[in-house]
Amino acid sequence: MLSRRLLYLAPLAVFAVIAAAAAFYLQSGRDPRLLPSALIDKPAPTFSAPGLEHDDRIVRQGVDSASFEGRITVLNFFASWCTPCLVEHPQITALSKTPGVALVGINYKDKPADAANWLARHGNPYARIGVDPAGEIAPEFGLYGVPETFLIDRAGRIRLKQVGPITVGVLKEKILPAIETLKR
Amino acid sequence: MRRYAAPILLALLIAVAAPAAPASAIGPGEALEDANLEDRARDIGRQLRCLVCQNQSIDDSDAPLARDLRRLVRKRLTAGDDDRQVVAYIHARYGDFVLLRPPVDERTWLLWFGPAVALLAALAFLLWRLRRPRPAAPAESLSPEEAARADALLGDRGDEP
Repeated sequence: MLSRRLLYLAPLAVFAVIAAAAAFYLQSGRDPRLLPSALIDKPAPTFSAPGLEHDDRIVRQGVDSASFEGRITVLNFFASWCTPCLVEHPQITALSKTPGVALVGINYKDKPADAANWLARHGNPYARIGVDPAGEIAPEFGLYGVPETFLIDRAGRIRLKQVGPITVGVLKEKILPAIETLKR
Repeated sequence: MRRYAAPILLALLIAVAAPAAPASAIGPGEALEDANLEDRARDIGRQLRCLVCQNQSIDDSDAPLARDLRRLVRKRLTAGDDDRQVVAYIHARYGDFVLLRPPVDERTWLLWFGPAVALLAALAFLLWRLRRPRPAAPAESLSPEEAARADALLGDRGDEP
């Protein structure tokens, strides 16, 4: 008779196990919205993007993935119509001043005139800018949207991916330490 | 029978009205000229998630990202990839989330086999309970007072036509 009474507690026990598992995952600090990037530690996709030109003037030379080898590269997808890109612009500018790092931009689905004006107004920190007007290079990098930033090591492998704007916190806690690790 | 006629008719109408092939978001000029290749592209598109939508396939979605991925699928097919290679190409860039049907591996065993295991466990438990000899229900008889009340109540019923 006692075992039968205990049986009534079985649903409670099952619930306790589920609650414990849920509590464990909630406390573990994992953000379920963060999708693991498939490209981490893989070679950067090969591509060649023409430079940004406006009014018969070359704003910046284009980007070729072959140029990634031999130096640390920060590859930033941006657009003039993208508000979060403006949010991260001061941090992107700070990155361009980090010694030993080449800051390269891909202008995503933008009009050259808009991009040139945006850069003239807010400053142009990019050493090179390739244009991707039709969004053909972006899917090669598994891009969801702009801004997204990739840290590429000297061997041309993607080592870090930032989806969304690089805030001051992300720059200090994620990007700069990763760059320091790559420099060693 | 008559009162079922309307719901049955409605159900039949819905069944007939449901399109055989789901509508696609493919825009003008997007489809490949080679009908065979286009069919394959549509098939692949239905297996891939539009990553910025609410669980739509890239074939279903109007989102710009879905359009870009549809174009990438067609580019790879035109380049001579087989269906598997196209899916692998996009899987390598966007990860498991892009696949509407998650891969079966050790991380997804619980997802794939969990429900079947739970069902089997429940069935086994049910079978075990049913096959156990049940204690006979104690035979209870009415006390004289209860019998009198029951008679009185039943007696009232006797007046009805």
